[in-house]
Amino acid sequence: MFYYILRRLASVVVMVFLITATTFALFFASPIDPARYTCGKNCTPTILEGNRKALGYDQPATVQYGKFLAGLVVGREFPDNEQLKADHPEQIVKCPAPCLGYSPSQHRTINEMVSEAWPISLSIAVGAFILWMLIGVGGGIVAALNKGKWQDRTIVGTALIGFSLPTFFVGLVLLTFPAIKWGWVPIPKYVGFTENPALWAANLILPWITLAFFFAASYVRLTRAYMIETLSEDYIRTANAKGVAKWAVIFKHGLRAVLTPIVTAAGLDLGGLLGGAIITESVFSLHGLGYLAVHSVTTMDLPTIVAMVMIVSTFIVVANMLVDIAYGFIDPRVKLAK
Amino acid sequence: MNKFLRINDLKVHFPTDDGVVKAVDGLTFDLAKGTTLGIVGESGSGKSVTSLAIMGLHRGSRAKVSGEIWLDDIDLLKTTDEEIRAMRGRKMAMIFQDPLSAMHPYYTIGQQLTEAIRVHHHVSKKAAKVTVVDMLARVGIPSPDKRFDQYPHEFSGGMRQRAMIAMALINNPELLIADEPTTALDVTVQAQILDLMRDLQKEFGSAIIMITHDLGVVAEIADDVLVMYGGKCVEYAEVDDAFHAPDHPYTWGLMTSMPRLDRTRLERLVPVAGNPPSLINIPPGCAFHPRCTFREFASAPCDQVVPELVQSYPKHDSRCLIPAPKRAELFAEQIAPRL
Repeated sequence: MFYYILRRLASVVVMVFLITATTFALFFASPIDPARYTCGKNCTPTILEGNRKALGYDQPATVQYGKFLAGLVVGREFPDNEQLKADHPEQIVKCPAPCLGYSPSQHRTINEMVSEAWPISLSIAVGAFILWMLIGVGGGIVAALNKGKWQDRTIVGTALIGFSLPTFFVGLVLLTFPAIKWGWVPIPKYVGFTENPALWAANLILPWITLAFFFAASYVRLTRAYMIETLSEDYIRTANAKGVAKWAVIFKHGLRAVLTPIVTAAGLDLGGLLGGAIITESVFSLHGLGYLAVHSVTTMDLPTIVAMVMIVSTFIVVANMLVDIAYGFIDPRVKLAK
Repeated sequence: MNKFLRINDLKVHFPTDDGVVKAVDGLTFDLAKGTTLGIVGESGSGKSVTSLAIMGLHRGSRAKVSGEIWLDDIDLLKTTDEEIRAMRGRKMAMIFQDPLSAMHPYYTIGQQLTEAIRVHHHVSKKAAKVTVVDMLARVGIPSPDKRFDQYPHEFSGGMRQRAMIAMALINNPELLIADEPTTALDVTVQAQILDLMRDLQKEFGSAIIMITHDLGVVAEIADDVLVMYGGKCVEYAEVDDAFHAPDHPYTWGLMTSMPRLDRTRLERLVPVAGNPPSLINIPPGCAFHPRCTFREFASAPCDQVVPELVQSYPKHDSRCLIPAPKRAELFAEQIAPRL
């Protein structure tokens, strides 16, 4: 088990390395000059070259990538040019390990930006996750137990709507009516959980519902399908034949077996969402990781793009690994290789 | 005195879009404690459906169950869901055919057997474990306390079936229904399992219903035999009569299609011609008439008149339009020499 986890961790590192390398390569293959984006309307060739030097864009791509990797391990200092550092020691910005880089568009380290955005994305993801798991799995069970009846049809119908309505539409409807027109909830503005938990939840309830509506739909369908299949299994009939009470049959015997596919899907969805919910964050103007990612792309902010790709891919790859490890605990028939 | 289990005119019908499937259509039999009834028939003749009806396991499905099932003077069909649930696993228990799919893959054998006890008795897990380990040992599972913590997939087929039997017997049920308990097993294991069931019957005095399509198993263990065809009983007799003087052309077909080790004849086995009837469109008249090779001897047109189950000899009923003396003659002349 221990060696299995160690091996998986190693593969996570390799995977993330490959993904960042690919992102770097793609970026330098594009015809856009990133230095041009750091130079405003009154750009002169002198300022342009100065910026290029300061950001290290004058160095070969491989060197830049090497510096990025080194920064992750030991930290870095900016500007990325010895002479500039010597000329203007007051401009030096320290970026301790794991340094994600320096954003030329925001004039600060990416670590700073991420540490501000991350709690927002985490709050949105975790709240939405809890909500959609309760609604999705609960709805799926109710639908499965009432297969073909009106309860089933209502739940599956609603799920279909949730699945087909785009997030930005649901988000905008929720923002317009309960928040702006009726004033039931505040217009979302992030308040730290430690500052005021009640306000934190009140501000995030709309983004949570928006995401949960979409995700719950697929969990309703998933849970319903697996539950119906499981309830027709022979071992469910055995449980009934033993005289096990109806609810214990459904939860202890039925849901236990449905857990495997649900955990798989849930782990991957949560992992993806932790990297930022781009559309939902944009609709509600919450500056989480998703917003940061969009912003970095529109401003051609190379270091931030690479950092964001690395963060998002790390979440997904790690979530994948955790799901695989969880299998070993959930399904006794799965033996994790040594 | 009333027998322990009495089933009267049991019908299990499944309404479907294509029509009503009459899986069991008017079945009557009874069973005393300490005795065994073998129910024989092809796949789809209604054997398993009957057993599920007795256990009340059709509840919540589309099946329409009617008739009477008296167990110890309680009509099981009139009980509430909760009443019959409390009887399942305690007063009556069932052994299923395929123990790999019939046991939960995510729980250990010990957990599943412990649950069977604790559903009905308020005992601690520790106390239940003692009973379980004891029962596992009794059904012949070696090192039961080690096996207690293993999962079904870590058991061999024979051991799994023993564990299944142990689970059914753990609360000393008065009625035990075994649905093809040995079909998936090697012949040697099969014999051990049958011995085991016989021993346990002696010990607990349970009534056993043995559902099978294997006549050898019936000969081995049953006191009475009930032959089913198309959801109906076609012959019902004590085991000796059923084997030495079978009284229905379908039973004859079953007998002559059975391979025998003690005869070294080179002639081929004679299967029962044709296929089992569709339970939606049961043939008019006698359900067996399209496959019957003796229909010319019937006293009435087989394809129009539905034969009744009548007592042709003491404790020996059969459902056939051929007059009983003629049947005896046909059996003596054509069937007996081939057995």
